[in-house]
Amino acid sequence: MTYEAVIGVEVHAQLRTATKLFCGCTTTFGLAPNTQCCPVCIGMPGSLPVLNKRAVELAIRAGLALNCTIRLSNRFARKNYFYPDLPKGYQISQYEAPICESGSLDITTNGHAKTVRIRRAHLEEDAGKNLHEGDAATSRVDFNRAGTPLLEIVTEPDLSSPEEVDAYLRALRDILKYLDACDGNMEQGSFRCEPNISVRPAGSSDLGTKVELKNINSFRFVKQALAYEIARQTKVLASGGVIHQETRLWDPEREVTVVMRSKEEAHDYRYFPDPDLLPVEISQEWIQELRQSLPELPAARAKRFVHDYRLPEYDASVLTASKDLADYFEACVRLFPNPKIVSNWVMGELLRELNARGIPAQRSPVSPECLAKLLQLVDEGTISLKIAREIFPELYASGKDPETLVHEKGLTQISDAQVLEQLVEEVMRQHPAQVDQYRRGKEAVLGFFVGQVMKASGGKANPGKVNELLRRKLASDTPSGS
Amino acid sequence: MSLVKLSLQELQRLFTCGEISAFEIARAYLLRINQVEPKIKAYITLTPKDQLLAQAEALDRSLKAWRKTEPMMAMPLAIKDNICTEGVRTTCGSIMLEHFVPPYDAAVVEPLRQQRFFLLGKTNLDEFAMGSSSEHSAFGPTKNPWKLTHSPGGSSGGSAAAVAADECVAALGSDTGGSIRLPAAACGVVGLKPTYGRVSRYGLVAFASSLDQIGPITKTVTDAAILLNVLAKHDPRDSTSATVPVPDFTKSTKRKDLKKLKVGIPQEFFTDGLDTEVERTVREAIAELERLGAQLCDISLPMTEHAIAAYYLIATAEASSNLARYDGVKYGFRSKETRDLLDMYCQTRAQGFGPEVKRRIMLGTYALSAGYYEAYYGKAQAVRTLIRQDFDAAFQEVDLIATPVMPTPAFPLGEKLKDPLQMYLLDMYTIPASLAGLPAIAVPCGFSSAGLPIGLQIMGRPFEEPLVLRAASAYEQATNWRKKRPVIR
Repeated sequence: MTYEAVIGVEVHAQLRTATKLFCGCTTTFGLAPNTQCCPVCIGMPGSLPVLNKRAVELAIRAGLALNCTIRLSNRFARKNYFYPDLPKGYQISQYEAPICESGSLDITTNGHAKTVRIRRAHLEEDAGKNLHEGDAATSRVDFNRAGTPLLEIVTEPDLSSPEEVDAYLRALRDILKYLDACDGNMEQGSFRCEPNISVRPAGSSDLGTKVELKNINSFRFVKQALAYEIARQTKVLASGGVIHQETRLWDPEREVTVVMRSKEEAHDYRYFPDPDLLPVEISQEWIQELRQSLPELPAARAKRFVHDYRLPEYDASVLTASKDLADYFEACVRLFPNPKIVSNWVMGELLRELNARGIPAQRSPVSPECLAKLLQLVDEGTISLKIAREIFPELYASGKDPETLVHEKGLTQISDAQVLEQLVEEVMRQHPAQVDQYRRGKEAVLGFFVGQVMKASGGKANPGKVNELLRRKLASDTPSGS
Repeated sequence: MSLVKLSLQELQRLFTCGEISAFEIARAYLLRINQVEPKIKAYITLTPKDQLLAQAEALDRSLKAWRKTEPMMAMPLAIKDNICTEGVRTTCGSIMLEHFVPPYDAAVVEPLRQQRFFLLGKTNLDEFAMGSSSEHSAFGPTKNPWKLTHSPGGSSGGSAAAVAADECVAALGSDTGGSIRLPAAACGVVGLKPTYGRVSRYGLVAFASSLDQIGPITKTVTDAAILLNVLAKHDPRDSTSATVPVPDFTKSTKRKDLKKLKVGIPQEFFTDGLDTEVERTVREAIAELERLGAQLCDISLPMTEHAIAAYYLIATAEASSNLARYDGVKYGFRSKETRDLLDMYCQTRAQGFGPEVKRRIMLGTYALSAGYYEAYYGKAQAVRTLIRQDFDAAFQEVDLIATPVMPTPAFPLGEKLKDPLQMYLLDMYTIPASLAGLPAIAVPCGFSSAGLPIGLQIMGRPFEEPLVLRAASAYEQATNWRKKRPVIR
């Protein structure tokens, strides 16, 4: 019997607000422990939450981008449980009435398109972080993260392979980044993924018992953990065993999933409406306003790139994965209207430098204007393509104007016929044997001459012109000294 | 006449015109507290004598050049010990917070500090404001100044007793199901629970967030209005704080008649559980309202009988969640030498909370549990809506509603401790206004044959404190109850 996997995904996306969901503390990542806390986010007696409007706005934007229905009257609920990183003994979340519902996201895997239904997306506050380091007898808690706004996005169980989950997560992350709603960093925990997975006989319409996976903090682990879990569950079922409803942790060292807690240990969270917060009413006008302000989203933009710029789909998807990069590309194309050449440079030279340093295109030291000028210099024949490639890292490092750099380094291409003729003649003089070879019909020697001329010119000779000149000279001139 | 017998209004006048100094005020109250506090035990924490005198001297010095005063300047107040005071421990009457010193002031304390009031101390209460007798305090009960063997009512018993015993000129209390009005009635002073949302809850240690409200406990109705002027204000830090205009409440206490006002008398508030002396006294008071020009009107609030049940589900449900933060991790009490995390939680909460708090946490946890939520918490919320609708309908007919505050006069300490249900029933007349979020005042209206004070409750429409204050003030001025003071022995 063959088996198929049924997968649903919960994503916790940290919303990019300046301050926390219910207080004015900063959400900056990586500050010293407990330095971005106040009586509210630390759960001091008598403190009260006040909702951050910007977080609601980002949630609505995300909901609209995911084709969700936006709920007009929202209530926050308390999710009650004890844990040291949860300062109030409850998390403020949304339960019965999430702000976004019934959406969808289109993905493509190996050329196969699929629509993933989004069940809901709701706002909630993050917890702090327990630290177990140093003295083994004590643990500490860092509340810096406590109260950070999260959007929990839950799909229907519409995914059926690790590749589909990967495609869904990447598409979702790209959208959230486009909206500036989340920075999508899995490693830093600003984009966390918890898949639910079950396996059933292929073609069956019944759902198997699901297992929830946690501790997956990279795209690679998502695929690994799911592949492992599908294999594990299939093996259990194939051998006549049963799957237990449980939460399992991905262990990246051993590359296995291990039981964290079983269903019997599941909490009764005793959800109830938070009496400290009034219902949040969202007006149709506000939703409309936000809908109109949505940027063009990655999928639509990729489609447009293929259509308008005649780019291959691959190029279009790479360029539109981040808004920054797509903006960069378009700015550059406006100045140097050869999309494929720009695409090659952006995807090649530029991304190599940016990715090596983890810098977004927006902050690239080589501006779109600068890259366009460089390409212009090649196009005009002022410098060779080779030189352009060679000086790009320096251009990136110095942030200089390409023209200035080319002049400073004396790299301007030599196209002057007289100068080139001298160079060619000199090279021919130095290599009479090869000249003879050529004249006896061994035309492949031409490449050798081109290389020698380029070398003699310090790489600056215009290779097209050198080629032309060599052919002419080698064909017509009598051998020197004969 | 001794300084400490003066009302807030009188003390303000004498201080403002420079007839008495801040130092004299501080000294008089320190002396009084020194005399009677050992008998009353109204305070959990007293401001050290030297600190208070130094503050008073500094204040007098700064006023010498140019006497510019603020309303609450040098006014000696007591604050219930569940209202956060920066740098002054705020215990909530609990072992759990015995050494907790808040790093911030509650919203209501801020203007008092800005106006340089005197914080005499923090007053006793039932632990986390859960109780009606002030006996559920980890620091022992407060005594009723009228009869030391009796309870001052609760949970703001310390504040009410301190006002009645002249240990402060006025006090702040908090009311969730009657915790301002009950002790005010039991101690023969005025207690006002404002409309829910009128006063910021920021810094009030939460018991039941949808019901809690801070209010004044004072010697006179005018004093309550003076204090409410300072307390009432929209606060963006409290999402439930109302954005309604705040009038000058003292203006309402100047009228001496109740002409053109219709006062409703709900039959459900005069039934079996009501002590006959209390009933007679309250009915006489209502007759006085009529003499002052009010038109009396029999009304019905049929859902009243379900109020206590609904209240003890909603309040405990919220409390079970609000008190989850006391886990020994961040501040407050932590049990020593525990085995692991779960043991630390269990021991900390077992040792840190008293029996009544534990009882309510268990009740509330149960009411919110999966499978019981709809039957308990859900049903209670539905009843709460019906109670509100009862009042809405009644207030179509009448402007105010007059009832007893407490079914009996003050009771002996210990009497109701054995039977929690008897204790809960004490709130039967105060809970409806709490559930409906209405303003309600307790004003002294006579004495039992044993010489214990009895209170009249006047309720109004939301944010109609002015009308409530006007009626209470007219009644107060037409009667002499306020002139009778307890003799403490």
